[in-house]
Amino acid sequence: MTEKVDLHVLGRELLAGIKKNIESLGRTVRYMEVCGTHTVSIFRAGLRQILPESVELVSGPGCPVCVTPDIYMDTAIAYAKQEDVIITTFGDMLKVPGSKSSLSEAMAEGADIRVVYSPLDSLPIAKENPNKKVIFLAVGFETTAPTAAAVVIAAKEQGIENFYVLSAQKLVPPAMKSLLADPEMRIDGFLLPGHVAVVTGTDDFAFLADEYKLPGVVAGFEPLEILRAVYRLTQMTVSGEAKVLNEYGKVVRAEGNPAARKILDMVYEPADSEWRGLGMIPASGLQVKKEWREYDISFVRPLDIPRVEKNTACRCGEVLSGKVTPHDCPLFGKACVPEHSIGPCMVSVEGVCAAWYKYGGGKFQYGK
Amino acid sequence: MCLAVPAKVIEIKDRMATVEVRGVQRPASIMLLPEAKVGDYVLVHAGFAMQFVTEQDVAETNALWAEMNGAERTMTELPENERASSRIVP
Repeated sequence: MTEKVDLHVLGRELLAGIKKNIESLGRTVRYMEVCGTHTVSIFRAGLRQILPESVELVSGPGCPVCVTPDIYMDTAIAYAKQEDVIITTFGDMLKVPGSKSSLSEAMAEGADIRVVYSPLDSLPIAKENPNKKVIFLAVGFETTAPTAAAVVIAAKEQGIENFYVLSAQKLVPPAMKSLLADPEMRIDGFLLPGHVAVVTGTDDFAFLADEYKLPGVVAGFEPLEILRAVYRLTQMTVSGEAKVLNEYGKVVRAEGNPAARKILDMVYEPADSEWRGLGMIPASGLQVKKEWREYDISFVRPLDIPRVEKNTACRCGEVLSGKVTPHDCPLFGKACVPEHSIGPCMVSVEGVCAAWYKYGGGKFQYGK
Repeated sequence: MCLAVPAKVIEIKDRMATVEVRGVQRPASIMLLPEAKVGDYVLVHAGFAMQFVTEQDVAETNALWAEMNGAERTMTELPENERASSRIVP
């Protein structure tokens, strides 16, 4: 029972299993991950290099920062510039480009923008600044959305009347459906986002198998957990089975986190939402419900921000949908580098371009 | 964005817990995991406990962190049946 297993041996065994499965298939398979933390973990561990050439890992729209469109950033910047506003935000939003500037530029010009670790940190700021409107930039996927909802509820309970959200949360399953509706998209299965599934549960991804006859595996974030998920995917591709499996059972339950889902459903409802690179996707975002509108800054103090079409060679949209790799973008590694990023995929540490650049400039070899 | 760390619940007052990660204590709300109790191990994301984890998961994460910070490799010393990442061998 206390037999020791060397992780290196386990990794080699998993790789051998993947190779065996793929050889029997005789073609290349493409699996997409839709989580920025998976993207980074895959690169950091060098998984692309050690996997057989016939296993392609494609990064999808897995970084909530990257898929936030210009219009949201422009709106956030416009609020930030108002005299009586304090913006609270996760740090990775600061350098995301809007159509003309970013929050960090607004900050340099004197806007009161505070980086918080938790959305809950916004409430003491609101209490200390009763004459200001404190606006939390509610960006994120299903993992993060319930935390913003919980803060809205906490604000009401504590009688705080100067706290608001500017919501642009996104839902992962509708984006996957939108990608799958694209005839150019060839995907053999999905590596499903572990921490999104902590909230949603595996049931929310059952549509993959039911409607699209594709396999999906909920995966953890350690290299071996990802390898194991890829192994499971190749097994299903070979057998022709389409199931949604949970390989992150230590924290992911079929029903997810019911308390978090309940709190999310209290405050938010699905709404059409714009994704950078993917466009408008039906019911893929969240909006504050009518009953909670006094906490929604876009309702309390609506702004009419003009849409600006940017003239740029940045191919972020095609990168986010897995159609091209960062190397296909003329800006990648030249005009666009982490220190001076043009597109959002390079801004966020979990962006696809940032991961390609950081881990070897994308100049890796697939293992033979 | 969706990063999460396993932590131990040390104290709960109202719906705010004090959790400990590798000797560092910080507040975490249990609004999204109301059944959390002192002594439980939980996954914390953006200041909220999101799900229960086992003590082994915390030990494993801490061992990995220690390795990343230059400590000697200890991961192989964890018994096979207690390690989440070794559940299948093809």
